[in-house]
Amino acid sequence: MSDKKSIGELKDLACEARKNILRLCHKGATHIGGDLSMADVMTVLFQYGMKYNPENPRWPERDRFILSKGHGAGCFYVTLAMAGYFTMDHVLEEFRKFGSHFGEHPSGEIPGIEISTGSLGHGLPISIGMALSARLDGRKNRVFTMMGDGETQEGSVWEGAMASAHYELGNLVAFVDRNRISLDGETEKLMHLEPYSDKWKAFGWNVLDIDGHKIEEIVGAIDSLPPVDSDRPTVVIARTVKGKGVPEMENNVNWHAGSIDDEFLARSCADLDKARGKGE
Amino acid sequence: MAQETFKFFDLIEKMSAREVYGKKLAEIGKDNDRIVVLTADLMRSNKTGDFRKAHPERFFNTGIAEQNMMGIAAGLALEGKMPFVSTMATFASMRACEQVRTDICYSNLPVRIVATHGGLTTGAGPTHYGQEDMAITRAMPNMTVIAPGDPNQIGKVVEASINWEGPMYIRIGRGGEPVIYKEEYKYEIGRSIMIKDGRDVTLIATGCIVYHAIAAAEMLSKDGIQARVIDMHTVKPIDREAIIRAARETGAIVTGEDHTVIGGLGTAVAEVLAEEGLSCPFKRLGIQDMFAGYGEPEDLYHLYGYDAEGIYKTARAIL
Repeated sequence: MSDKKSIGELKDLACEARKNILRLCHKGATHIGGDLSMADVMTVLFQYGMKYNPENPRWPERDRFILSKGHGAGCFYVTLAMAGYFTMDHVLEEFRKFGSHFGEHPSGEIPGIEISTGSLGHGLPISIGMALSARLDGRKNRVFTMMGDGETQEGSVWEGAMASAHYELGNLVAFVDRNRISLDGETEKLMHLEPYSDKWKAFGWNVLDIDGHKIEEIVGAIDSLPPVDSDRPTVVIARTVKGKGVPEMENNVNWHAGSIDDEFLARSCADLDKARGKGE
Repeated sequence: MAQETFKFFDLIEKMSAREVYGKKLAEIGKDNDRIVVLTADLMRSNKTGDFRKAHPERFFNTGIAEQNMMGIAAGLALEGKMPFVSTMATFASMRACEQVRTDICYSNLPVRIVATHGGLTTGAGPTHYGQEDMAITRAMPNMTVIAPGDPNQIGKVVEASINWEGPMYIRIGRGGEPVIYKEEYKYEIGRSIMIKDGRDVTLIATGCIVYHAIAAAEMLSKDGIQARVIDMHTVKPIDREAIIRAARETGAIVTGEDHTVIGGLGTAVAEVLAEEGLSCPFKRLGIQDMFAGYGEPEDLYHLYGYDAEGIYKTARAIL
């Protein structure tokens, strides 16, 4: 289970997560842009917001987490390693290795991962099933899911959005990594999503709109979640920057996915440490 | 191995598999609170209303949103539930195809997809025909594919499914098909039923074509040809032993299904024959590589040559 950490500790952990994400990207290609954009939210979720037990991954009372944007596996592995499910060395050793479960998309065979994901628009409906089940069984856990903003161009997301509100799933919390860039470019040029908050509101959701890189705001969103037995699902729209923390990658469509060399890794990690030293 | 159980019956009494399904669900739901039921605005069609009445908290009507329904079923199954999910075969196998494959089959979840209106049974045109569903679901790893041989058999399939691992695709018709099994019998998933033994040819059928195979066997017997009739209710995993014995012992095989001949029962039988190195006169009957037209199912089966007469003529032709 996660202990409640201070803002400073969470910032340190988010910085460490980014460096680990880069280490993984150095081992093999990852969806690095989206890994970096959701790193702060993932850190706060697993180091502050969720209850779970890495010693007992199937603990019935745990909060569930579904990575609907399964291509963010790199950030997910790092987050789970830092949460204690396995070591970061293990991830680095196993990542993209022949026969390993640590591939480009999360596998339900890995401890801490509820179900294999990767095809977009699937996580929200699965989360609804888990939230309904929690209610049927009288459990008090929440179900969290993380979607990409481009992912919400999928129709099944809105089928799920409708159903979550209809079933009054106050135990369901969706995060959207609103980095505004998908593989082919800017979401607003490709197939616009705005007015984004209004869409979720119109579907009956409790909508929180935050800066997805301000740890204080992410913590604030977690603290302001309505009670588990309330009757409205919550969506946290986390405004983020694709490639956040690595200047060459920020808002750069060419860094949707890729790998980095030794020099890039060393320089980027040093930059991240320097920025953290300045309090960022 | 097939079990020989039956004599011929008059095939007069007709039943609706959907009615049998609805009643059985409500019944087994009483003692098993793992069972949850989902439908996508087709409760009145797939007769799951009895379950809703008895267990409203375990019944979810998702509205007309099949992808969402299959995803929700996966989530419920992940948490230990056994979801029975019902919609028409065409929507279960195609509209929500990827959710079935990736959310349910990939994780080997115990979701029971009970698809109604398989084949041409709606008569409502290609948009509502489930004519590729067995081919599609058969190709999905971990999936078991079943088409009960008569309307009452769905009750036995539902009972057997409680102790069966992994996902299941169970395909029934519209209803109004004859009752074949009038006495109590043992049903086992994956084990075909030899309805009638014979030495001259084997008619292997699934779903609502089983009774046509029986009628065809009667016609053949008048010509002095003794046909073996097999109810191959489980199309995957298929009863290899029964197919091998049919080829060796009767020397000719005709398959019949209300489904495209590509990828369903006929293909599954052909795969076994080819891999076993068994060569015998062999024909697959069903819908050819085409979209079927409008009409009453029985008229369409006749037109496309997989009703009793079509099976009879084919058997005569290959012998």
